[in-house]
Amino acid sequence: MRVTIRLFARLRDIVGAGELVREVPVGATVGAVWAALVTEYPELSPYEKSISCAVNADYSRFAAIVADGDEVAFLPPVSGG
Amino acid sequence: MVPLTAITTAPLDTGALVRALDPAGMGAVTTFIGLVRDHNLGRRVLHLEYEAYDALALRGLDLIVEEAAAQWPAVRLGIHHRTGRMEIGEASVAIAAASPHRADAFSASRYAIERIKQIVPIWKHEYFEGGDVWIEGATADPGNTEARDHALRIACA
Repeated sequence: MRVTIRLFARLRDIVGAGELVREVPVGATVGAVWAALVTEYPELSPYEKSISCAVNADYSRFAAIVADGDEVAFLPPVSGG
Repeated sequence: MVPLTAITTAPLDTGALVRALDPAGMGAVTTFIGLVRDHNLGRRVLHLEYEAYDALALRGLDLIVEEAAAQWPAVRLGIHHRTGRMEIGEASVAIAAASPHRADAFSASRYAIERIKQIVPIWKHEYFEGGDVWIEGATADPGNTEARDHALRIACA
């Protein structure tokens, strides 16, 4: 199945794109999507401890299971205001 | 009438936000306006570019309004955050709180700005003399009760 990955700010700069489509196994978690992304872009690795995530524009957790067509977003520490 | 929460690339209109609160019958309105500062950590800032995950950022603002309503039931709160390029002195965020009494209006405004900095997926890209850098603050986790309690303590100090 396929998911769309959304990346922002420094994560987007590292990958060079704000949106990627990737094939993931059925039953994959958000954490597995992130792990596969880190394999592809090892420079993302230091963000492991400080990112948060969202699925379909709702706050989520790394343990959440993703479904076909989901939009999975990884968010570096925020700095609004 | 403008919505009470918004993520927008347009210049912020605090007056319109206050009117959207429909403050007739209230005793107090506080407004907070965050501006692009000309310096940061010893750097001379030239301009900022704000990026947001728009859909989730709007949900984040709505969540803050809900949290504030639970804490201060009589307060009506509005929050608009701007994204895109902003020059020094421009408003990046506008918060307005209407309340029967001033104390709750001040508290709810302060709570809102602290929570924005904790949980709303918006990022500052700072362009300064000699370079540029993404500013990274708090890990966005609305379920982190310790962070929420911290914001509440600041708001009620």
